[in-house]
Amino acid sequence: MAKILNVKNLEKSYFSGSKKLTILKNISFSVEAQDTFAIVGPSGSGKTTILGLCAGLDQPDSGAVELCSIEMGKLSEDERAQLRNQKVGFIFQDFQLLPTLTALENVAVPLELQGDKQAIKKAIELLEKVGLADRLHHYPSQLSGGEQQRVALARAFSNNPTILFADEPTGNLDAETGEKVIQLLFDLNKELGTTLVIVTHNIELAQRTNHILKLKGGSIIENTKLV
Amino acid sequence: MKQNTNISKAGLGWLLKMALRDGKASWKKLTLFMASIILGIAAVVSIQSFSDNLKRNIALQSKSLMGSDFKIDSNKAPNETVITIMDSLGGVDAREISFISMVVFPNHDGSKLVRVRGIEGNFPFYGKMETVPVTAATNYQIRGTALVDATLMLQFGLKVGDSIKIGNTALPIGGALKSVPGSSSIFSTMAPPVVIPYNFIEPTGLVQTGSRLDYEFYFVAKPETNLNLLNKAIGKRLDIEEVDLDIHTTTSERLGRRYDNFGKFLNLVAFIALLLGCVGIASAVHIYIKEKLRSVAILKCIGATKKQTFLIFLIQIAFVGLLSGIIGTIAGLFLQQVFPMFFQDLLPVEVQITLAPQAIYMGILLGLFMSVLFALYPLIGTIYTSPLQALRIQQDNNSKSTKAGLLVLAIIFGFIFVFAYWLLKDLIYSLVFLIGIIITFSILGGIAHGFMKAIKKYFPHSWGFVARTSLLNLYRPQNQTLILVITIGVGAFLISTLFFSKNLLLAQATIESKTNSANMILLDIQNEQTEQVATTITNNAQKVIDDIPIVTMRINSIKGKTINQIRADSTSTLRRWVLNHEFRATYRDSLITSETLKLGKFTPKVTNTDLVPISISDNLAEDAELNLGDKITFNVQGVLINTEVGSIRLVDWSRMQPNFTVLFPAGVLETAPQFRVLTTHVPNEKASAVLQQELVNKFPNVSILDLRQILNVVEKLLDKIGWIINFMAFFSILTGIIVLMGAVRTSKHQRIKESVLLRTLGAKSHQILKIMALEYTYLGVIGSLTGVLLSLVGSQLLALWIFETPFTPSIIPFVVIFPCIALLVLAIGMANSRSVIKNSPLEVLRKENS
Repeated sequence: MAKILNVKNLEKSYFSGSKKLTILKNISFSVEAQDTFAIVGPSGSGKTTILGLCAGLDQPDSGAVELCSIEMGKLSEDERAQLRNQKVGFIFQDFQLLPTLTALENVAVPLELQGDKQAIKKAIELLEKVGLADRLHHYPSQLSGGEQQRVALARAFSNNPTILFADEPTGNLDAETGEKVIQLLFDLNKELGTTLVIVTHNIELAQRTNHILKLKGGSIIENTKLV
Repeated sequence: MKQNTNISKAGLGWLLKMALRDGKASWKKLTLFMASIILGIAAVVSIQSFSDNLKRNIALQSKSLMGSDFKIDSNKAPNETVITIMDSLGGVDAREISFISMVVFPNHDGSKLVRVRGIEGNFPFYGKMETVPVTAATNYQIRGTALVDATLMLQFGLKVGDSIKIGNTALPIGGALKSVPGSSSIFSTMAPPVVIPYNFIEPTGLVQTGSRLDYEFYFVAKPETNLNLLNKAIGKRLDIEEVDLDIHTTTSERLGRRYDNFGKFLNLVAFIALLLGCVGIASAVHIYIKEKLRSVAILKCIGATKKQTFLIFLIQIAFVGLLSGIIGTIAGLFLQQVFPMFFQDLLPVEVQITLAPQAIYMGILLGLFMSVLFALYPLIGTIYTSPLQALRIQQDNNSKSTKAGLLVLAIIFGFIFVFAYWLLKDLIYSLVFLIGIIITFSILGGIAHGFMKAIKKYFPHSWGFVARTSLLNLYRPQNQTLILVITIGVGAFLISTLFFSKNLLLAQATIESKTNSANMILLDIQNEQTEQVATTITNNAQKVIDDIPIVTMRINSIKGKTINQIRADSTSTLRRWVLNHEFRATYRDSLITSETLKLGKFTPKVTNTDLVPISISDNLAEDAELNLGDKITFNVQGVLINTEVGSIRLVDWSRMQPNFTVLFPAGVLETAPQFRVLTTHVPNEKASAVLQQELVNKFPNVSILDLRQILNVVEKLLDKIGWIINFMAFFSILTGIIVLMGAVRTSKHQRIKESVLLRTLGAKSHQILKIMALEYTYLGVIGSLTGVLLSLVGSQLLALWIFETPFTPSIIPFVVIFPCIALLVLAIGMANSRSVIKNSPLEVLRKENS
């Protein structure tokens, strides 16, 4: 399989006041196309920072990230945004739906950004797929947590992404709802052939993927291929 | 990717769609900042549109205002040359002699200072003389009746047929005069017009040496006459004869300019209200955008560019600004309809309100520009928002946004300056206005900032829980202290300054009630009458305070150049009035209390009259470009007197007493033809009426100025003007209230969270209530007290530099304006926080979340 994500020697630190905090040290790994990949580790181990760097939301201090054979460091912020729009899907722990847009509008936005004239039609189909056909015109505040995450799932898959990043996708859900959402995530992933990168501290969830990267204190302590 | 840099395929349509989608869900928040700008726009548009209408009406009614196409006027009877010029113009169509005089109403035991206008011919040729009965205006010349100002008739209970005595002549009143071209309503209050036939002037016996007469000759031009060319052609020739030619358009332009200045001042007051609204916008948008930053980060995560996210919210703000501009403009256009109701008396024409396109465009564009401009700084935040924020990682972009902030601030100041310049058409005034705004806002901002710092530094740890928490609230994150202190402060500053200024104006005009200061001035007393008039005063148990001789004279030459040579000299920058003016000089051997020596030495008495050292006022020195030692030759009724400037005096013209530009030493003018001015003090209105009655009966040529009455008129006038200014200031306060409501509402969510937490931890409702009440009290007190104190300093400076009068501050702003505004802030703050206190914590949270 071709490598869809290639991370080489990543270093990242932030300043807290005048104090330098090193978040990531010498991180290298790669993810193959259609792989399911979990990044696990305790709080503060740098999981979310890796996710942000891989998706081009931030720039590393050193090292490189290649996404879909494009080196992110060479792109401008807007070019990285375009790359995300075309190749990347996102699922966040706290859903991150646009609160002033309805479920339908939230799902349509990535497609509309691509200039897709069929955006609304495709968004309806996706929402039907996640079982929210009757919630199209509801605002996020009118939906339950599980429903919101399902809208986020539909949005994440709406642009038919090559790779999907999920940041603690069940972190804000109860066990039962979380299970349903995860099932849906894996089903859609399988159906659409997307590469899935999940950041989680839930070992059970991580074990459902076929590759686990364990972090501690900003360094890789284990990189295991399960299948 | 580099090869394909077509950043996003979503175009303007999508941006509009997103702006609308987001705006639909946020309209409640947007309406608040709409409201804050609508009022400002309404104020500016109403004043601008009304001023435009007034100017247009004055221009349209210019002929009716003058009553003719042009007129020739002078304060002396026309000489042969002038008569020849008038004949060459086809002859006079109507003539008039007018003067100020006392009149008596014999049947009503009343007397009054009026402007007597003796008219011959069919004047007015344009506009009309409105009388009751209507026919009186057309037959008064045939029937030999007087038309008496309608208000005056009401005041004295006069009826048609009653008699009016002017000098030695008595006439029956033919009708009540409601309006007549050439008599504007403001001046009519001081000396209301009485129109009589021209041939009755001579028999009054009031046309004599020393009388101040105005001769006016009215002309109707042929349709093909170009009045401007006519003015150019004969204006200069008439100037030499000390006679003026006024054409209807220039007269109306002059009048228009006078009202325009007042309009500009009001416009600035309205503009401040708008600026205040804009501060509100900046604050509201700041909070609004802060709430949107998470959405911006999400949009960037899913592929929106910086430009796209910025434009979505810019479009929203621009749309809201445009809508506010339109609503504000409509409100302003309605508002101007009520203006004539309140100050028609102050206006020279009846104003027909029509749509003023310039004001409409200005209102709408102003709404758009001001909203965008003041929202720009918070909006720039969207550009620097990192998509990482969607992943709970915060990044600091302070340096970038500080630079952008300074740029935006520069643009804002630039715009304020340009707009002020557009209103005032004067670079210096616009700059002063801008600097004034910056200083006021900076001081208020500085005080708010200093207050927060002081609380932090000297926090009263020993205070009770409630007082401590309320103080803490003033500098917590996302606090509104700065913005509230500025808006409340500017509102209080405006209202209080207006109050102090009005008092300053009135104080200038106030006559001290001491018995030794004059409150009645008797003018035009012939030299030989002086003793009898003085006796009449003393017989009435009053005493003569001043006996001032007046000698009329004109300038013959200045620094060796005759006035005609100066007139012919196109390079001369000397003010023209100096050349045409009939000076009323006096002589005495000392300076009086209203005079202070500025330069030179005052000579009390001379014996050698070859070159008389005179004293001139500083304004004459400036206008006639005179310095110490410069020579002036005066023509004193045919006799030339050579003088040199021996001293220059500062004169306090605001004192209600006879003051002089030219003062001779004793020993020169004693034998010149002269008349006298006597002053006295009358203790009350009744004594004044009795004395006036007797004086008018005995000496009909004597004019009496009752300063008490004049002060009453001035006070009424200032009240009226003050009302308009207060009306404008009210907009600032109202805007301040809306901004305050906005500020309270924007911080409501945070307050609710805190209050819920406090209540969950066991705080009682009344404690939370007290915390909030104290917080708003602090804000109200700091804001309004700072505003009032600032206005005290500002008024002190106004008194020093503009009014040049000592300033004794009134206590009213401190005991009324300051507590009222502070209470208002408290009331609004509490009213908007009701839901925080009234409901249970769970209920509140549920409500807020939905």
